[in-house]
Amino acid sequence: MSDPIPALPTVDWSYAPSVESTAIVAIPAEQGLWIDGSMVESRSGTTSTTINPATEEPLGVVAEAGEEDVDLAVKAARSAHDSVWADLPGRERAKYLFRIARLLQERAREFAILETLDGGKPIREARDFDLPAAAAHFFYYGGWADKLEYAFPGIEPRPLGVAGQVIPWNFPMLMLAWKVAPALATGNTVVLKPAETTPLTALEFARLTAEAGLPDGVFNVVTGAGATGAALVAHPGVDKVAFTGSTAVGKRIQESIAGTRKRVTLELGGKAAHVVFDDAPLDQAVEGVVNGIFFNQGHVCCAGSRLLLQESIHDAFVAKLKDRLDLLRVGDPLDKNTDIGAINSAEQLERIRRLVAEGESEGGERWQPACDLPERGFWFPPTLFLGVAQSHRIAQEEVFGPVLSVMTFRTPAEAVEKANNTPYGLSAGVWTTKGSRILWMADRLQAGVVWANTYNQFDPASPFGGYKESGFGREGGRHGLLPYLGGVA
Amino acid sequence: MSRLEVRKTHKLFIGGEFPRSESGRVLAATDADGVVLARVARASRKDLRDAVESARAAQPGWAGRTAYNRGQVLYRVAEMVEDRRSTFVRLLAADGRGAADLEGEVDAAVDRIVWYAGWADKFAQVVGNVNPVAGPYFNLSTPEPTGVVGVVAPEVPPLLGLVSTLAPVIVPGNTAVVVASGRWPLTAVAFTEALATADLPGGVVNVLTGGADELVPFLASHLGVDGLDLTGADRSLVPDAARAAAGNVKRLLVDPPDDWWTAQSPYRILAFSEIKTVWHPKGT
Repeated sequence: MSDPIPALPTVDWSYAPSVESTAIVAIPAEQGLWIDGSMVESRSGTTSTTINPATEEPLGVVAEAGEEDVDLAVKAARSAHDSVWADLPGRERAKYLFRIARLLQERAREFAILETLDGGKPIREARDFDLPAAAAHFFYYGGWADKLEYAFPGIEPRPLGVAGQVIPWNFPMLMLAWKVAPALATGNTVVLKPAETTPLTALEFARLTAEAGLPDGVFNVVTGAGATGAALVAHPGVDKVAFTGSTAVGKRIQESIAGTRKRVTLELGGKAAHVVFDDAPLDQAVEGVVNGIFFNQGHVCCAGSRLLLQESIHDAFVAKLKDRLDLLRVGDPLDKNTDIGAINSAEQLERIRRLVAEGESEGGERWQPACDLPERGFWFPPTLFLGVAQSHRIAQEEVFGPVLSVMTFRTPAEAVEKANNTPYGLSAGVWTTKGSRILWMADRLQAGVVWANTYNQFDPASPFGGYKESGFGREGGRHGLLPYLGGVA
Repeated sequence: MSRLEVRKTHKLFIGGEFPRSESGRVLAATDADGVVLARVARASRKDLRDAVESARAAQPGWAGRTAYNRGQVLYRVAEMVEDRRSTFVRLLAADGRGAADLEGEVDAAVDRIVWYAGWADKFAQVVGNVNPVAGPYFNLSTPEPTGVVGVVAPEVPPLLGLVSTLAPVIVPGNTAVVVASGRWPLTAVAFTEALATADLPGGVVNVLTGGADELVPFLASHLGVDGLDLTGADRSLVPDAARAAAGNVKRLLVDPPDDWWTAQSPYRILAFSEIKTVWHPKGT
């Protein structure tokens, strides 16, 4: 006769956050501009406060560079170009880039936390994607610096001069690396304008370049908003303009440099189609679609924001998608479990809300999982729009948020026609188990990047950039060198 | 008793056909001394739109040809130009230069077309890439044509300048709307007659004679045009054209070469190509 089995202790399975400490990050209360190798006060005297979008708490004050400040930065870059950087042997330039890559790896966690604080992205993404990828870009392009004559046949590689680079707020450090690494590797010097809502990592990176011993003036940072960017692009001392951001601003930049000898690359908006055929592995495809649109709150120019489902799998796929969305965790970006962090700014949140409201008024059926959003900060839940027509604004305009429009198709030809029915052409996704169909689709999708049976993959060795109004020029890979090289005739 | 010469009517080349300008307008084509040689059609904005429409319609089919086939068609263009050597020599002579230069320009033009024809099935191998990404993925970058490209041919050299700008545009599968030399349009018209017999599908190349100053602004702002080669354009037209081109983020080629006689490069082909990168996981 045995004793009765003792009752199991009660386990509390309710959610326990796992929050990254911010103790290793020190943000200066007020920062100037990084010009000619040191932090200087702005001549403009104007400043702005950058906030944490998850709490709306101020993080620090930064300068807003005026025309005079931009002029000083461009002159510093010109001087560094002419006196030291352009003629430095490639093998020496390479070693600076390798040093920068190593320092970024060493201080990756600090930068990741800073990125999350300033931009609102989940720490898991900043830590596991943004920072490793940024360091990898410096490693990749460091290796090119002394091999440029082998990159493309028949070229006589030489730098263009001073590169004015304007980057967005969605991947501040990664966009910095995409721009700065190939520019420096090819012997150009840089004046970088980070986004007004995410200036902190660029300024910290500036200090890191000094730690790496990078000669003064080779890399300069002017913080500020659109006016600062416009002043940089318009400066006559800038030889090369590189811009990542909206198509509207990209067009203005292309207009503004018309008739000058400035070279330009534009990496602009997108409205990517994500095509799922009835023979696709549906559970894998659901993961890909979720990653495609909800990665980084959907603040991704190549986000798969138009889901094209083959008609026969629509209901089953949407059911699986809803089940998956129910499990996404929205909230504190510093929580390592968070899938969807804060919307980057009040302005962006307003834009998302406006487009979602229009999506509903045009007849789309909005679906959102039940989720509690924090009271303070900028938040938007993952959102599906069902029953969307191609003519709906929600299917045409870039939302740049966690909003997925669902449409259907019957034949591969119809999928291609709908996928290409947009002025954008940055990226596209396709899910099918049929190899010949993947290649057939890949040939026809008008997009600079086609992800087949995967989505949102990036690598320093892989070129990225758009067709049509998503811009021109490539960043990454061997092709990413070309926009920074003279002597390609 | 002498025989009366039969003169040619000089028309536009749109969609593989030879229409007059819908506007009914003509221009006088003169020699170096101002003697009128013929009338040519003065293309209108409507003609330009028709040309863009033809180019747009022809583009997927032309891009869909195999690179080998596009190369053969281009080679056939070279054959047709060579075959019309005496015609081109006669037309080029209107500028009053010496015989050696006339033969030399035809030689160079034919050789340039042959040079680009050979690139058709090699270009992707030279500028394409298998990318060694840090993960289990197949990753391939290949060039594709940009789409419809506007070409402003240089005034001189009339034949060599035209083929130097046009050939690299159509090699990778773009279709073209060409604004021909305003000063020496008869050469361009003769060239379209060579194109018409070269197995080139209708609409792949469309050639408009008339005033560049009149046509280029419309070409630059047309939303059906994806790229614009301004290397041959008069510099006074460039700023406005480049500004208008921003309306749909056209790809631009702006800087003129030092010398049209040496202006051949695979990077002219790349200027109107898009690099497409395809990822696929590797696994069992």
